[in-house]
Amino acid sequence: MPVKPDMLLRRTLFWPTAFLISAPGLPALLMLMLASALLGAQDHNPFAGDPKAAKAGEFEFRINCAFCHGLGARGGGRGPDLTRARKRHGDSDAELFRTINQGVAGTAMPPNGTTGQGVGMTDEEIWQVIAYLRSVQVKTPEHPLGNAAHGKELFYGDANCSGCHMLEGKGGRLGPDLTSVGGARAAGYIVDSIRNPSRRLAQGLTEATKEFPQEYETVTVVTPEGKQITGVTLNEDSFTVQVMDANQQIHTFAKDKLRSFKKTRTSLMPAYDTSLLSDKDLQDLVTYLLSVGAK
Amino acid sequence: MRATRVTRLNYALCVLLVLSGLAIDARAQVTAARIANSSKEPQNWLTYSGDYAGRRFSTLDQINAANVHSLVVKWVYQTGATGKFETTPLVVDGILYGTGPDNRVFALDAHTGRPIWLYQRQLPADIRPCCGRVNRGVAILGDKVFLGTLDAHVMALDAKTGNVIWDVAAVDYKNGYSFTLAPLAVKNLIILGVSGGEYGIRGFIDAYDADTGQQKWRFYTVPAPGEPGHDTWEGDSWKIGGAPAWITGTYDPETNQLFWPTGNPSPSNRGEGRAGDNLYSNTLLALDADRGKLNWYFQFTRHDEHDWDATQVPVMIDQGAKHLIAQANRNGFFYVVDRASGKLLLANPYGKVTWSDTKDADGRPVAMKGSAPTPEGRRICPGAAGTTNWMSPTFDSQTGLFYVNAREQCDIFSTAPQPYEAGHAYYGSAYFPADDTEPYWGALRAIDPASGKIKWEFRHPSPSWSGVLSTAGGLVFTGDAEGNFIALDAASGKPLWHFQTGGAVYAAPMTFALDRKQYIAIAAGSALYTFSLP
Repeated sequence: MPVKPDMLLRRTLFWPTAFLISAPGLPALLMLMLASALLGAQDHNPFAGDPKAAKAGEFEFRINCAFCHGLGARGGGRGPDLTRARKRHGDSDAELFRTINQGVAGTAMPPNGTTGQGVGMTDEEIWQVIAYLRSVQVKTPEHPLGNAAHGKELFYGDANCSGCHMLEGKGGRLGPDLTSVGGARAAGYIVDSIRNPSRRLAQGLTEATKEFPQEYETVTVVTPEGKQITGVTLNEDSFTVQVMDANQQIHTFAKDKLRSFKKTRTSLMPAYDTSLLSDKDLQDLVTYLLSVGAK
Repeated sequence: MRATRVTRLNYALCVLLVLSGLAIDARAQVTAARIANSSKEPQNWLTYSGDYAGRRFSTLDQINAANVHSLVVKWVYQTGATGKFETTPLVVDGILYGTGPDNRVFALDAHTGRPIWLYQRQLPADIRPCCGRVNRGVAILGDKVFLGTLDAHVMALDAKTGNVIWDVAAVDYKNGYSFTLAPLAVKNLIILGVSGGEYGIRGFIDAYDADTGQQKWRFYTVPAPGEPGHDTWEGDSWKIGGAPAWITGTYDPETNQLFWPTGNPSPSNRGEGRAGDNLYSNTLLALDADRGKLNWYFQFTRHDEHDWDATQVPVMIDQGAKHLIAQANRNGFFYVVDRASGKLLLANPYGKVTWSDTKDADGRPVAMKGSAPTPEGRRICPGAAGTTNWMSPTFDSQTGLFYVNAREQCDIFSTAPQPYEAGHAYYGSAYFPADDTEPYWGALRAIDPASGKIKWEFRHPSPSWSGVLSTAGGLVFTGDAEGNFIALDAASGKPLWHFQTGGAVYAAPMTFALDRKQYIAIAAGSALYTFSLP
């Protein structure tokens, strides 16, 4: 099968409209969506607690969902960790059904059947996927073990996270906005990202304000005038690069005019080891991020 | 060097002058003879790959390495459609014929881009395209253009009005069948292969009478009981064996043979239940064009479990007295086979390959133990989209090099058993990006078909889905996923010119000439761009 290319590309001009079927098919599509929304508008999963349905749902999940949400629903580059009990767009069966069937506007989550691959899942198959998600979901929500108030102080104070990261509209712009990270990623993932930020860059995470995934690679250029500038890539193609420097200034360069151009996947973010951030402070910080994400 | 170029340019202008004179007389009809001799009228682009040989090479050289830096946009046509725009337009005597998503067909004034007619098929709501509501172009013969549709119909439209002349259903689309390729016009036949390898179809290649739409022959790419090759399928698995044929093949008028490649066995990433080689999946078929009878075949990937569709244009090339077919395959190997017998002559990797480290007695790369997908997932290179996919390569008769966009990407392949249900997606598989420290990237590669060695490469920041065009101007043209359309020196790979189109390229470039001016065209985003010298 020729695979769904839009999902395989990074830095690609991503067409949000590519998920929409164009005009002539649209009324029919809306009718279909309406019909299936009515059909699926039951409150409870008919397969709740059925291990056979959960198994079938696991395969459906792999085919339809795991590309973004990862094997075992533990989250991938683009998609949130779905083993968490709390789902950002609703936890109930009916809400999950709606999220899967209709997608989430303004995010990379497409409506069922519009990924350009296949004809989507039937209502029955969606319920099987929900049965599967219930089977892998952690039984208790992640308890905020630390002190969120102290975490907030660290975020905006000593740990200086806010120098580069924005949270609910306040903070810096060099790194990813972390408002929703606590709702999308498990605590372990966040801990790992703080202790070892270069291990996994924010690859493929599509933000609401971007039509393409930004990877936050570190770039160092020497301009034609001999000035060295280090920052993160905002975007790049074969001939140009758009960079935000540490002072949050945006620079645009033609690569062939630069004296040098170096790009690495070593994050500009310092690795917060225990000398920079104790285990307890880390726990408080993560607790704060989880509490913001839970809103 | 300069003198040579000027001489070449003058020569080209003379040829063009003479030909544009001839073209006026020939305007009425596109004959099969004209397509067979397409190199004699380089101002036109008469078939998907530019010629029957699949070379996508043009003798036009007005735009060349010395002046390409001054290329400018001549006109842009907006389809108004969303989704991947994969067309290679045809140009015949000043009229351009192209297709857009959802089976739109448009005829434009090739001088200006102004529409002459538009045809929009009313598609059923429940069609089964696997990978977008795409189409790659039309064929032209006589006074008709021919379209394969997403609901598995074959249509003839009047070339002057877009009116429907005939419309036949090839097969029931509800069982997962569709057409996405540009048909091939051969003699008085319209030939096309079916898509649907992810729906458990039984693949076929069809030929229709261009005048009436009557089906003249069908070659099933999965043999029925009693036919040779049937024993390569376990039990009843042949009935849903896949092997679609969704890219336009090539044709040798001298031997009256079609060379048509096929795609994956179904389900694509799960071999359980279909033990055997699974003929004729992932195979190059040499068919008698009149009757659709099999002359020979070469299977690139036996019992495929990685979705290694062989649906890449099989390019006819000649090395001295040797008549060959070269194909850069999705599985990561560049193959050269003898055109008369299908005998394998060369199989060299042209990208990172981890699924095969051995070859059989015939020199064919075979899957190694421990490469099959597992329920837990297994990392394999190339990734699910392959080292290349359907995007057209080009063979440049001047440099003797074969150019193709290669993808450097590994994926985790996982099995996901599914029962077969007619018309439902039947992958048996799933894939995920590998958690690599190095992100995906791509490269335009120039391959020497004599050795299979890579002569040069031009790196793309991410894998490109663009085809490639080569011209006698010493240039290759290609696009990238970031929206650039790029001209490179064919000998060295040095980029000489680029233009940001604003949309990812999922199509192959072509070239034509009008009033002594050479044009280059490329579909990008939802627009068709044409370029020429100022």
